[in-house]
Amino acid sequence: MEENKKEKTCKCKLFATCKCCKYLPFFIGFLVTLGFGWLIFPNLMLTDKEQPVWFSHKVHVEEQGEPCETCHYFNEDGSFSGIPNTESCATCHEGSSYVADRVESESGEEGYVMPVETKRALDAETEYMEKYVETGKEVPWLVYQYQPDNVFFSHKAHESITCNTCHIVDGATNDNPVLQENKLTGYSKNTMKMAECESCHAEKGQSNACYVCHK
Amino acid sequence: MAAVKDFKVKWGMIIDVDKCTGCGSCMIACQTENNIAPMSEDDASNKVRALSWMLVYELNNEKTYPEYEHAYLARPCMQCGVPACVPVCPVVATEKNEEGGIVSQIPPRCIGCRYCMAACPYHSRYFNWHDPIFPVGMDKTLSPNAALRPRGVVEKCSFCHTRYLKAKDRARQEGIDPMNFPQEYYQTACTQNCPSGAIVFGDLNNPEHSVYEMKKSPNAFRLLEKLGLDPQVYYYTEREWVRKLGDNYLKDEK
Repeated sequence: MEENKKEKTCKCKLFATCKCCKYLPFFIGFLVTLGFGWLIFPNLMLTDKEQPVWFSHKVHVEEQGEPCETCHYFNEDGSFSGIPNTESCATCHEGSSYVADRVESESGEEGYVMPVETKRALDAETEYMEKYVETGKEVPWLVYQYQPDNVFFSHKAHESITCNTCHIVDGATNDNPVLQENKLTGYSKNTMKMAECESCHAEKGQSNACYVCHK
Repeated sequence: MAAVKDFKVKWGMIIDVDKCTGCGSCMIACQTENNIAPMSEDDASNKVRALSWMLVYELNNEKTYPEYEHAYLARPCMQCGVPACVPVCPVVATEKNEEGGIVSQIPPRCIGCRYCMAACPYHSRYFNWHDPIFPVGMDKTLSPNAALRPRGVVEKCSFCHTRYLKAKDRARQEGIDPMNFPQEYYQTACTQNCPSGAIVFGDLNNPEHSVYEMKKSPNAFRLLEKLGLDPQVYYYTEREWVRKLGDNYLKDEK
């Protein structure tokens, strides 16, 4: 009884009226900190980066009917070609503007209104032709999965696994997503973490020795 | 002592001491392949601080002119079957548990305590006293086969391990078993660049590789075999005094 009396006469009247409310500021502070740390802070660390040119896998795969292997293939020594260079792209794009040609043939018709999608493709193609194909410069594509240089990743060894398991872009992607780059480390948010590699290796019964992936 | 692991594939080297001319090509090839900086910050002739995964020693029989003989002994990491460096590492930065039997060294994990350097009887481990600094222009010629190491970590010969990973990819591409491919698919930089062909590299367990038979020769020996570390690097010489020196025999020992 005496203890209760003491609590009730506490000077701080706002929270100290009952035992639960005494801890309320702590809980609120805890939740705020947790929310900040889990939801807000990670995004503060990321900065969005756009690809240098709009590129649509969908246009190349679905509309033009090119198989993935036209650009992404294995070299004779088992290494992976990765992203094609300007020279490879120029084998189709040099001297011929696909979208511009199509627009030209279609715009002859009466009442032709260029769809938004075509306008975007036309702009991207024009930009790409002027900036890269004509100058022969390489496009500084942003790689969502770029790994540190002490990692050796073999595409050949992972051939049986579908590309989507690790890559966020596939043949049906029309808009390449923005790359979320970590301000501190410079790595992409989508770069696979070592723990993810390890857990998949463990699941599939593959070795997790250091030299399987590191160099 | 750590348990001995058995591997189906065991990469090894046989270095012919009699063929070696001491030219140092293997050392240069190694430094180029593995991005070892030429020590711009310190005196490059400082043998205590210089890094050399592959090092050529000069030996002689300690006799005077008519009987004087010398030999050169190239020393990579021995990739011991029972490595002395592995059990002493407090952070598991070095291991021997991958097929191929190469002792791995993961510099980002290394804390630079240098226990492994003290444990290794072959002095094949090196400590980075400085950050690697490459002269202007040379940084553009770095090899993609090895990641750069910062100061404060230990490094060592890896038998040009990235070449092994690439060789396995090539085997897969050609439909060959990546555990059993021809020896020319995977050769270390020192092997390829030895002008006198003193280094032979291959799978010690594979009868199709030339090292398989060569290691059985009575003239083949390993360094400090008495310690029982079971190195995967063999030496070959027809001269007995070199063989005796290789196992640190005392002068009056029979």
